Amino acid sequence: MSVTTSQLSEVATLARLQLEAEQAEPVTNAINQILSLVDQLHALDLHAIAPMAHPRDEIQRLRADVVTETNQREPFQAVAPAAEDGLYVVPPVIE
Amino acid sequence: MNWEVVIGLEVHLQLATQSKIFSGSSTRFGAEPNTQASAVDLAMPGMLPVLNEQAVRYAVLFGLGIGAEIGQRSVFDRKNYFYPDLPKGYQISQFEQPIVGKGSFTVTLSDGTTKTIGITRAHLEEDAGKSLHDAIPGASGIDLNRAGTPLLEIVSEPDIRSAEEAVAYLKALHTLVTYLGISDGDMSQGSMRCDINLSLRRRGVSEFGTRTEIKNVNSFRFVERAIHSEIERQSDILEDGGVIIQETRLYDAERDETRSMRSKEVANDYRYFPDPDLLPVVLSDETIEAIRATLPELPEAKRERFKKQYGLGDYDAKALCDSQAMANYFEETANAGGDAKLAANWMLSELAAQLNAHNIDLGQAPVSAQQLGQLIIRIKDNTLSSKMAKQVFDALWQGEGEVDAIIDQRGLKQVSDSGALEGLVNEVVAANPDQVAQYQAADEGKQKKLLGFFVGQIMKASKGQANPKLVNELLNKALK
Amino acid sequence: MTASIRSLAADLRQGKTSAVELTQEYLQRIAQFDDQLNSYITLAPDRALTQAQAADERIANGDASLLCGIPIAHKDLFCTRNLATTCASKMLANFVSPYNATVVERIDASGAVTLGKTNLDEFAMGSSNENSFFGVVKNPWDLNCVPGGSSGGSAAAVAAELCVAATGTDTGGSIRQPAAFCGITGLKPTYGRVSRLGMVAYASSLDQGGVMAKSADDCAILLEAMAGFDPKDSTSSDHATTHYSEQLNESIAGLRIGIPRQYFNEQLDPKMTALLQTALVELEKLGAQLIDIDLQQTALAIPAYYIIAPAEASTNLSRYDGVRYGYRCENPTDLQDLYVRSRSEAFGEEVQRRILVGTYSLSSGYYDAYYGQAQRARRLIAEDFAKAFSQVDIIASPTTPGPAFGLDSKTQDPVAMYLEDIYTLAVNLAGLPGLSMPAGFYDHRPVGLQLIGNHFDEATLLRTAHQFQQTTDWHIRRPSLISGGKA
Repeated sequence: MSVTTSQLSEVATLARLQLEAEQAEPVTNAINQILSLVDQLHALDLHAIAPMAHPRDEIQRLRADVVTETNQREPFQAVAPAAEDGLYVVPPVIE
Repeated sequence: MNWEVVIGLEVHLQLATQSKIFSGSSTRFGAEPNTQASAVDLAMPGMLPVLNEQAVRYAVLFGLGIGAEIGQRSVFDRKNYFYPDLPKGYQISQFEQPIVGKGSFTVTLSDGTTKTIGITRAHLEEDAGKSLHDAIPGASGIDLNRAGTPLLEIVSEPDIRSAEEAVAYLKALHTLVTYLGISDGDMSQGSMRCDINLSLRRRGVSEFGTRTEIKNVNSFRFVERAIHSEIERQSDILEDGGVIIQETRLYDAERDETRSMRSKEVANDYRYFPDPDLLPVVLSDETIEAIRATLPELPEAKRERFKKQYGLGDYDAKALCDSQAMANYFEETANAGGDAKLAANWMLSELAAQLNAHNIDLGQAPVSAQQLGQLIIRIKDNTLSSKMAKQVFDALWQGEGEVDAIIDQRGLKQVSDSGALEGLVNEVVAANPDQVAQYQAADEGKQKKLLGFFVGQIMKASKGQANPKLVNELLNKALK
Repeated sequence: MTASIRSLAADLRQGKTSAVELTQEYLQRIAQFDDQLNSYITLAPDRALTQAQAADERIANGDASLLCGIPIAHKDLFCTRNLATTCASKMLANFVSPYNATVVERIDASGAVTLGKTNLDEFAMGSSNENSFFGVVKNPWDLNCVPGGSSGGSAAAVAAELCVAATGTDTGGSIRQPAAFCGITGLKPTYGRVSRLGMVAYASSLDQGGVMAKSADDCAILLEAMAGFDPKDSTSSDHATTHYSEQLNESIAGLRIGIPRQYFNEQLDPKMTALLQTALVELEKLGAQLIDIDLQQTALAIPAYYIIAPAEASTNLSRYDGVRYGYRCENPTDLQDLYVRSRSEAFGEEVQRRILVGTYSLSSGYYDAYYGQAQRARRLIAEDFAKAFSQVDIIASPTTPGPAFGLDSKTQDPVAMYLEDIYTLAVNLAGLPGLSMPAGFYDHRPVGLQLIGNHFDEATLLRTAHQFQQTTDWHIRRPSLISGGKA
């Protein structure tokens, strides 16, 4: 399988990355090289195998429903690029 | 109309946990912006989610409450999209393996018929934060206090055929989840929000039409109005030979219309995949049974029991079971007062009227079930006439003290001493010979009317305190 | 300066030196050599000296662990409170974390002194340490060669004795490959052994923090301080930890070492084969038994890894959106512009490439062919190892196909770069512990032998390496850069 430049530009939109016109070609080529590396997987019939999402088949531990966090707005917003009145600031969100 | 309406609802229910689904931040409503957003909620680098046990328990309780299949192995997935109120760039949700599977839910409609609505699934997920558009000029402000609040998304089958059915379903759902104690169900704080999937098809046709999704409707009334306006919009288009575009719409309550959400210009591809930061949630039979053991009596069972145990009619039983608080209040009153019917009557008339007039919940009522029970005792032992009882109830509402104290203070004791009343009766009979003669000459029907005159005179003479029942008896005797 | 933790701890207790003196000495060495290596991104001299003073007090009071007062460094992927955590990215170039990673918290508690944060490939994506916003790291054994990656800064710093030991992280070989290239010992523990909280994520189901030092003994001591259950990491294991450093002296006589045919085949450079054979013979002399085994699914590791890792990375890196922390583009015109420009301007080329590959492989219509298939292949790989461990105690293999390669020799060819990890990836997919130890020199460049253990059997890997290091001296050889020509 391989990807076209226009497909890749849709992927870039999904990932919120810019694919400049002059990069489109080389990036597409590089990604197709990578995809060709993984192509051998497609030839395999693995339908009987259960997908493995974690390296060890363990189960989720649960946390007691207790409030453990305190207000840390100040230190957290000290590293924010833009905050005002306790809010994170972004360009207008239109709904 | 030639069109049949097909509706499926997705209800987002905020679960009543103390802390968030994946972090130890408080879920309390109304805090200063971003003061309840921890490093996990803010998706700071390196932060990881750990699942809240109570959220899982609540989801299972819901599943058991509707008799659904419980997913003994459920998996959290990432739903990927960029939005400022979604700090990680993905929402942790459940996609292929939800915690609650198929179930169903029966609701009673206003004409008394019942309707069973299928539940496709219910899954756990985290809520997003809020974008505020008025706080900062020319920009939006992001408050992430709500980010990570546990939600149970309850998805119905497209079994709903009218706005009335939709509202009945939502109300019944609301009653159920508050009974289960898994949500406060407070719609004004967004604890229960609803997405409406709606399409129309020609009657008799089995395929579904193209549907639209109306997002985030947050009151029963708006659900009803949004459905009506969307039905109208779609049928207008279809009648004119147009086609419905599958899209997401918003209900604008001020204009009472739905409109397309422009902001979804970038087509979404959510790229669901199992969240590698979380492991599968596995529930053993023992765990599920232990949760089942904590199931309270559910509305339907309670209604049946009330009818049987207390001899209530359909209407009273249903009204009293609308909320668990109401049902509990009723049982406490009935037990304290020793008369279930009087308890039901007082609750559904006087108490309901006062709550309504003051626009408060039962929990805030100044009259306790014990007090109302005491009042009923005094009605039953003839201390109070029903008219006096209303005065006492009003005094209770004003916080004037306990029932007997109020009776004493106001001198409201009903005279039920037949010796004392006999004297009064005899006096009144003696003072009104003409009326006595009329009475004795009259037929049975007229006698009843004339009797009222004597009763009135006696009540006046007793300053309203004579026991009317006893007065009637004594009069009947004296006038014979 | 080839000082082990134990010898330095003894010196500190005997008053031959103090933690403050030791810290100053290392800071001086960094000033002297790191201009050539670029192994550190951030130095923390004041913080280090404060920690050293506290360590000296603890040592004087007699309540100090072996690590107390020992100068170490953290890979700059671990969050450190009040000290920059950059992940070698322009995205986090100015990020100062308000919290410590669990690993940092635990090592701080042991009394170790943190000299600074070491360089790496941006967000740990790379095999050469050439993908750093803060510049390339060079191999102390040959300044024209890469140190390996992504924990290249930690490897170079340990090799050049610019710290005694360092933390690293390993998603597909990022501890073991640079350890091999720099002639040091590096251990990637079992997935879940070391907390991932505060360790900035690359690929969550593969990432694991670990240790890098000259010897297995030093690695064991550092691992003991770091390892263990963390309730704030759902994937952390509550499997009991052991005193790794106390089991090192047991003999490895009778240890069954599996030699996978698929790793020592005709594709391996004959010179590498010969070097590693010599090391295996050494292990045999120590009483180990070499057993030929098959790991038939080996070929699936590269494709499975290069789907799973970018897929997880693509969504792990979505949080960098210019809103709450990190880089934000100038004057965004609207919300999409804020996202697109902040991310495009601040992520490096390789990071963007992996985000694109990962986004593509998860996207609708491709998920099952790529991600689903890779997860199935992953199970085959894990089962392959499980079968092997029913016959042997540990497995030995090359760590890398060859010694450190030249700077810039593979930067234009991502696939060639990816193939450098061919022997290490499968271990991460299966969540197993893996160790690389110095096993000789290819010309003047070190090579490593990889030891793979069963889940939670770090102790056997460390013991085997320690026993090997009792009869070999590869791990204490010093690069001429710092020894003044005397190796």
